[in-house]
Amino acid sequence: KESKRAVNSILVDDDDDEEEEDGVERVSWSGEPVGSISWSVKETASSIRSGSEQSFPKIDTTPSLSKQGSGYSLSSLFKGDLYDLSPEETVRRMQKGRAFSLEKFRSLQDKLLLLDEAVAVYDGNLITAVLIYLKKSLSKEILFRELMARDVALRHYVHYLKEMGEQKLLVELMKALGRTEDMALMQYKEHLNIKDEGQRRDFLKSCLGLPFSQDDATHVQDHYTLLERQIIIEADAEIFKKFPRKASILNMPIITTLYYSCFYHYGESEGTYSSPENIRKTFRISEKQYILTALGARAKLKSWFDVDSLFNTKNWLGYTKKRSPIGFHRVVDILQKNSAPVNVLQEYVNLIDSPELKLSVALKYKCHDIVINTYRDLKDRQELVVYREKLERDSPEYRKIQELLNNVQIRWKN
Amino acid sequence: MAHTEWKDAPGLPDFSLLKRLARDQLIFLLEQLPGKKDLFIDADLMSPLDRIANVTILKQHEVDKLYKVELKPIFVLMFTDLVNADKVAGRFRRYKIIFTPQKFYACETVLEEQGVYGDVTTDEWNFYILPLDDDILSLELPEFFRDNFLEGDQRWVTTAGSALRLLQSVYGSFSKVYGIGRCAKMVYESWRELMEDGEQRTRQPEFAKVFLVDRDVDFVTPLCSQVVYEGLVDDLFRIKCGSVEFGPDVTSSDKSIKVMLNSQDKVFSEIRNEHFSNVFGFLSQKAKNLQTAYDKRRGMDIQQMKAFVADELKGLKQEHRLLSLHIGASESMMKKKTKQDFQELLKTEHSLLEGFEIRECITYIEEHINRQVSMIDSLRLLCLLSITENGLLSKDYRSLKAQYLQSYGIEHLLTFANLRQLGLLEEQQAGETLTVMESKVGKLVNDKTVGKLTDAFSSLAKKSNFRALSKRLALVPKSGEEYDLRVPRDMAYVFSGAYIPLSCKLIEQVLERDGWTGMEEVTRMLNGQEFAVTEARSKTDAQRIVLVMFLGGCTFSEISALRFLGKERGCRFIVVTTAITNSSRLLEALLDNSA
Repeated sequence: KESKRAVNSILVDDDDDEEEEDGVERVSWSGEPVGSISWSVKETASSIRSGSEQSFPKIDTTPSLSKQGSGYSLSSLFKGDLYDLSPEETVRRMQKGRAFSLEKFRSLQDKLLLLDEAVAVYDGNLITAVLIYLKKSLSKEILFRELMARDVALRHYVHYLKEMGEQKLLVELMKALGRTEDMALMQYKEHLNIKDEGQRRDFLKSCLGLPFSQDDATHVQDHYTLLERQIIIEADAEIFKKFPRKASILNMPIITTLYYSCFYHYGESEGTYSSPENIRKTFRISEKQYILTALGARAKLKSWFDVDSLFNTKNWLGYTKKRSPIGFHRVVDILQKNSAPVNVLQEYVNLIDSPELKLSVALKYKCHDIVINTYRDLKDRQELVVYREKLERDSPEYRKIQELLNNVQIRWKN
Repeated sequence: MAHTEWKDAPGLPDFSLLKRLARDQLIFLLEQLPGKKDLFIDADLMSPLDRIANVTILKQHEVDKLYKVELKPIFVLMFTDLVNADKVAGRFRRYKIIFTPQKFYACETVLEEQGVYGDVTTDEWNFYILPLDDDILSLELPEFFRDNFLEGDQRWVTTAGSALRLLQSVYGSFSKVYGIGRCAKMVYESWRELMEDGEQRTRQPEFAKVFLVDRDVDFVTPLCSQVVYEGLVDDLFRIKCGSVEFGPDVTSSDKSIKVMLNSQDKVFSEIRNEHFSNVFGFLSQKAKNLQTAYDKRRGMDIQQMKAFVADELKGLKQEHRLLSLHIGASESMMKKKTKQDFQELLKTEHSLLEGFEIRECITYIEEHINRQVSMIDSLRLLCLLSITENGLLSKDYRSLKAQYLQSYGIEHLLTFANLRQLGLLEEQQAGETLTVMESKVGKLVNDKTVGKLTDAFSSLAKKSNFRALSKRLALVPKSGEEYDLRVPRDMAYVFSGAYIPLSCKLIEQVLERDGWTGMEEVTRMLNGQEFAVTEARSKTDAQRIVLVMFLGGCTFSEISALRFLGKERGCRFIVVTTAITNSSRLLEALLDNSA
């Protein structure tokens, strides 16, 4: 009874009514009994789209999205069944921010038309709005099937699910699409939300069987192994209270972990998880990377002896020789940054192959002896004179230059 | 040397109008809820809001307390929690959500699902454009880049279209529109759609030409280290919404200072576009001049002194303050740059751009990664390598990726997946053409839709072709020729003479040809999607102002390059961008290593 009164009191208008600014919706009532053939015919004539399926009119109980105002107005309750707009027209209304109702599109065909129309006008907001409706009103199998053929709509749907945190549905969707690697990565990503390291480790373990690409599978395996070991190392450190607690290695990258290990556990046997050797082997760290990291750590601790051992190799005759996979100029840089004494620096400057580089590094770090020897070898008198002026008068290096300059046996080139 | 104003430069439109429009609309919305109100503001909105309506104005409209909300990404959910908590506590308040620049249906759905839809009113504050300077307009939408190019979400297309429509309605119709890129096309169509609603075209247009360009048409430029002053400031100190915070090392005190960086800062406006090597000399000279001006007062009598204090002193003091700030910033830059072996870094970048000694570059990048120098910079170099070389060799890709994950964290394999999808960092696919990919996917879909998918795939997985483009457009000047940075001869000066920004070069060429004729080869290498439309006729002076819209972000280097180009061509460029960007912001948007 109340509805009848409400219906009678509402004034009704046609499709392209522009006067909604006053907040009152005006709805059209042609006077024909709803559902009757004549009503149907009138509505069809007024819609541009011929052949669109006429839904059986009913009271729309969900509030349609209105631009102005909150709450429901009686008139808005009736919009759904009496606005017989085509999908195209509906999308137009949506574009203009006007009130609309999607609920009347109940056939699959209409729904898809709606979606395609939204895609055709390029508006992501509308595409997502339609998808939200389709998510509610279609089984996921049907929706997935239809999205497979609609790439733009599919991308919007994936993004929407991501933003809404609908992890489970996303994974199912990826599976249905055959995007197994994406699915694996999405699931792996969840580990970022797990704060507790033990739980995170367990979660990573559960990711091991996922269909990653071959390379990524190895990386994820490493990730699990790394965290597992970091937890053990931390626990040991805690128990023995040997090392400063502030240096936590949980969730640190492999190289940082290696650095920590070279710092606190240098020289430990390969058998322990915390030893540099173990980390190096387990994670297949290159020689270059290993030496770089160990050098950094031992230099920081000023363990010049350890630094020295890093570069010792035995050649085939059994003699110890110095070798480095990173240029010795780099080694010098790192040593200098850690305030290595000059005699240590000089040792490595001397190992630089290229004479030009050696000289420039020696000059940069004031390795006087090397500079002097180099100029002497180059028979460059002038440079020696110039360099002498940079030195202190009574220093041994100054005197050394003096001796050389006074040496009549040397045949200077200038 | 300094690019000061040239005499017959066309006058720029007054963009403060846009600020006033936005402010008026906000005030209107605030007044819809009369009475005392507390305002919760999204953190990202704080700076833009401040430029439009400061606290005083807000207070004038009965805003009581202001809160900053850092919670991302679901701002709306936090709000619904608040409303529901109030309900439980039996507390009655009225709520309004003002969405800016526009409301998304997804947000309303959240309100509905959380049961608060009937309890709140929602509004849109169509704050589309924030003028950052006389010739820079920003949509302040940094999320545009990731949403559109990585996620494929077109939600901001109509926003960009609306921004154009706003400009058109305030400053007059555009007569010519050029563009390149999938998004550019969509924005154009969207804008036309909006305009069809019978907008009046009575005004004489202030700018006749518009150029729309997608960020992914040129990924190389934003990945290069910037060396013009403003670009360096952005790279090192992060300019936010036209202002920057200088720390104690710059201010030589124990305080930090926040300053606006725009053409109002007289010192800044003279050095902003300059190559860094010129800046210090310029500033020292200015300091000397300043000292001379100060010293004038020595020979003054009381009268003169009074006049001096009244008229000149304030200006000099202001200049002094700005000068010391910028000198401090320059010194700080030099310190940072030498520390990081900047010269070696630039050398590597230039080699990559040139295609020279690539193996050495790869070694450099490898060491950069091994030394854990910087997560973003290592990634930047990898991407630059990939884009200039059309992808990495498989063994290099796998090795460098493994080392990167070792140095910076294995969770970055998610970041690598994103970069691969965008085509920023990928393996060279030997023999795997687009058709092979299509047929693989085609198995999942029926025939008639493969066509649609082709379009989608070809735009999402673009081939780079940088070398070919570089040759064709002469982007990399011949090495061996001396490039005088004090008297730049072309736009390459913004990268020390090593490279002309591709985006700017395209703009130059299209304007010269009034379209894309003769550039078929180039557009093909850029994966097509170019267009040029003549909308209407316009009076001649408007021809001299060109609007360039960057969809996905624009760098200060590109802005400087366009200013240079403008002088060369006798026109002014107005840059509209979805956001100011640089390599850090671009890559940070693509990181997926945290929750």
